[in-house]
Amino acid sequence: MTMEIFLQNMANGITLGSLYALLAIGYTMVYGILRLINFAHGEIFMISTYFAFYGTAIFALPWQISFLIAIVLTALLGVVIERAAYRPLRDAPRISALISAIGVSFLMANLGLVIFGGRPKTFYRPPIFQTPIELGGVRVVALFFVIPALTAILLVALNYIVYKTKTGLAMRAAQWDFDTARLMGVDVDRAISITFAIGSALAAVGGIMWGLRFAEINPNMGLFPGLKCFIAAVFGGIGNISGAVLGGFILGFGEIMLVAFLPGLAGYRDAFAFILLILILLVRPTGLLGDKQRVKI
Amino acid sequence: MLKIKDLEVYYDGIHAIKGASLKVPQGALVTLVGSNGAGKSTLLRTICGLKKPSSGQLIFEGHNLLDMSVTRIVQMGITMVPEGRQIFPDLTVMENLRLGAYTRTDQEGIAFDQERVFNLFPRLKERAAQKGGTLSGGEQQMLAIARGLMAGPSLLLMDEPSLGLAPILVEEVFRVIQEIHSEGVTLLLIEQNAQAALAIADYGYVMESGSIVLQGKGTDLLHDEAVRRAYLGQDVTA
Repeated sequence: MTMEIFLQNMANGITLGSLYALLAIGYTMVYGILRLINFAHGEIFMISTYFAFYGTAIFALPWQISFLIAIVLTALLGVVIERAAYRPLRDAPRISALISAIGVSFLMANLGLVIFGGRPKTFYRPPIFQTPIELGGVRVVALFFVIPALTAILLVALNYIVYKTKTGLAMRAAQWDFDTARLMGVDVDRAISITFAIGSALAAVGGIMWGLRFAEINPNMGLFPGLKCFIAAVFGGIGNISGAVLGGFILGFGEIMLVAFLPGLAGYRDAFAFILLILILLVRPTGLLGDKQRVKI
Repeated sequence: MLKIKDLEVYYDGIHAIKGASLKVPQGALVTLVGSNGAGKSTLLRTICGLKKPSSGQLIFEGHNLLDMSVTRIVQMGITMVPEGRQIFPDLTVMENLRLGAYTRTDQEGIAFDQERVFNLFPRLKERAAQKGGTLSGGEQQMLAIARGLMAGPSLLLMDEPSLGLAPILVEEVFRVIQEIHSEGVTLLLIEQNAQAALAIADYGYVMESGSIVLQGKGTDLLHDEAVRRAYLGQDVTA
């Protein structure tokens, strides 16, 4: 393997890892507060790309505005899904909300098929992201720097919100126990809505960058990234934000390196995530950074 | 200050409170004693708005609490120190205290109350940066009380603050309760430790299977034969 190809693989791994990390955070945040795997998260990711696509393709908006609107709409979509599909089941057994989540996932994927059509669409890629940049004799396009850099900025911002603001304090209180948080005057429903908004907005950023990176979007694109990022979240320790980021990077990086170093196994690329899931569940069921399982009272 | 009238509450299909009426006057320390499962905790949860009654009245300083959200009730000045030291174990002592003051915006008042609780519980100041879950049982109870005080409550509800504590800590908790009371906070204290609670209370109520069966001055109840037999585990003939 030449240096150039190696560096290209590194760039691919970091980029895919960033995208997985952004998506995995949504799973882990929702799980942290509701103890629910939001299986609709992959479809939220998918729909965000269509929001951005229609913004530029149909409404002919400048891409900056179109992407921004797509992120806002996706955040709203996440909030609406929680209101409609999970909140009414808040006091029901946990399995009910889980089934509801799977239902929403199917519903959205199929609605996507009906509304957007099954044929893949070409995502608009602003030329600025394709600017070649030379680094150590290797040329890569700007996008490979933009994705990890933007991810890093968002992680810092998220960390600030969760650990330094009053809203974050309320979210962390609600994570422990709804009633005790309420006794402090915390509006638990609001904390949950904000959690969904943040998780969905990050999925939208991931979705848009996915479109920029792979150029093609289709209504089924939420399935595999969704499942893999759910695995990334479990691998890192579900409920733990740093764990989701770590899991996302390990998964994205591992996937690219598997294909790069063992091209013969390229066909097993998707299986890699599931093997990782089985291994971690066998060896350390709480994930890399997950602490001992605590029963929610 | 707080007036409860003919309160009826169902909890998981059980008729937990059957027409209870009681009053907590401004500045008083009122205690509600009774055996486990008498409905004491349900009553406190109903006052806070965590539980909605099927009928009855809940009036606080002339305002009807029944239609208010928990957040609104907290803003009105009612704060609960929940049973079993429900502190936030993953948050630091400082963050727990900040959550206590969650609905407040008066930074000076918050800073003042923070000084006040650190004076009351010097241990918490030493451990301000530690996670709540790393504290000992007694310290967690102190944190729960301190967190309640951070709301700057006019009425503090305490649910079994001495539960599961070593005798020396129980004494400490009751000393703190008296100190808080002497600072002018109105208190409604729920206790299984009827002896200690009645000894410091201005007024007491005895609850049994969801109804108030006895009431009177704390010291009077403490010497009431029926109370002694039923709740203090003392044989009066002895």
